[in-house]
Amino acid sequence: MTFTAGNYTGKLTVTELPEGGIWTEPGSSLMRKTGDWKTLQPVWDGQKCISCLTCWAYCPDSCFKTEKVLNEKTGKEDVKNRGIDLDHCKGCGICAAVCPPKVAAITMEKAR
Amino acid sequence: MTATTIIKQLTVAKTGNEAMADAMRQVNPDVVAAYPITPATEIAQIFSSFVADGMVTTDMVTVESEHSAMSATIGAAAAGARAMTATASQGLMLMAEMLPIAAALRLPIVMPEVNRAISGPINIHCDHSDTMFCRDAGWLQIFSENAQEAYDNVLQAVKIAEDPRVHLPALVTTDGFIISHGMETIKILPDDEAKSFVGEYKPNYSLLNHEKPITVGSIDLQNYYFEHRIPMIEAMKTAKDIIKQVGREYGEKYGRFYDLIEQYKIDDAEVALICLGSTAGTAKDVVDALRTKGQKVGLIKIRVFRPFPVEDLAAALRNLRAAAVFDRSDSLSGYGGPVFTEVCSALFNSENKPKIVNYIYGLGGRDIDIHTIEAVYDRLNKLKDAQDTGEIVSYLGVRK
Repeated sequence: MTFTAGNYTGKLTVTELPEGGIWTEPGSSLMRKTGDWKTLQPVWDGQKCISCLTCWAYCPDSCFKTEKVLNEKTGKEDVKNRGIDLDHCKGCGICAAVCPPKVAAITMEKAR
Repeated sequence: MTATTIIKQLTVAKTGNEAMADAMRQVNPDVVAAYPITPATEIAQIFSSFVADGMVTTDMVTVESEHSAMSATIGAAAAGARAMTATASQGLMLMAEMLPIAAALRLPIVMPEVNRAISGPINIHCDHSDTMFCRDAGWLQIFSENAQEAYDNVLQAVKIAEDPRVHLPALVTTDGFIISHGMETIKILPDDEAKSFVGEYKPNYSLLNHEKPITVGSIDLQNYYFEHRIPMIEAMKTAKDIIKQVGREYGEKYGRFYDLIEQYKIDDAEVALICLGSTAGTAKDVVDALRTKGQKVGLIKIRVFRPFPVEDLAAALRNLRAAAVFDRSDSLSGYGGPVFTEVCSALFNSENKPKIVNYIYGLGGRDIDIHTIEAVYDRLNKLKDAQDTGEIVSYLGVRK
């Protein structure tokens, strides 16, 4: 991603804007900290998590951080869950709902 | 309309719908998404047979509603395709939500549209209430007087809309049944000539270019919405020059000249009628007949309603003493039709201006004949010397 938030001062004039109101580079949503909208926040327990990544697939805001880790037994890379980007999570609770009941690694708590 | 034509043109008998479909065939758009509606159904229907017969390379999308037709057309245009659709009346109303979005995204979609009364009561015949309902949507609006103009206007509209200085969508209208289903002898350009006149479309951006990802149609609040609306307004103003340029070029090449307005026997006229669409053809006959009786009458046809030709109208009306604005729709504002109020506002700051009255006529396809138009000229001839203007807004041919 090449998005540079600094280019978007909020003060561009008519002639400086691209035609049709388009964004000419991807990644502008990184600028918006939508995380402060939430009333409930997910709390992720890394000890319980089995990295099935169901929450990662279901999250509407792509807020699950992942990491590739070498599995010494298989010699292949595993994708591990590394928790939630709370700057952008809106607290919808889908991750907690889809987390397998036997695992229950995500619980919803009051945000503030 | 009688300049020497260098290019040999084909003389054919076509209805307005056939003429517009044929112009679309020559344009060969990348995508056409359409839904049928009387009296515009034939345009997409005839065009779909061109697709089936392999005469065009268009991707034809048969959608489930006009809202989808316009949405698919917008999507295709945002992907960088030359995209078209066609509709009328309720179809245009269902598209209404999407129309200003096409304009704001600066997508040069060209849409043949057949003027038909809007419900209710439900009616399939001609008036201009559908097109007028969408007059503030940011679309260019070009009205045709007959099938010949409908054909010429579609070709020109593509060139105008796609001009980088304009990049606005365009409606090309005909009058329902009067033009759309009336067979006329028209001249059409050879296919290769039409193609080269329209030229190749170079889109500004493409949603499908994954090398250069962009966001189209994102939310735009207090700090930028205003700045994003201004270029549309500027483009609408610039479009006036481009429409004139393209109309002149078309005339020089093919013998039929076009402008924002057409002035018929206006030079020495004292009174004139101002109208749009097919009624101009009828009114020209009346002007000719009255001229043989020595009356100084003329006609101003507004070909382009959006952008509104303020300067041209003010100049054309400067030396007139009385004028009647013909509106084929009523604004339901309690003060006449949209053409009337806009013509009046165009003249408000002019020093020299005629007395102006408004006639609402032909709603729901009610016929307008030469005797009715003659009676209006009679009134204008009296009005030009009268102290009192009398009734400002009148309704022609209605039983009271």
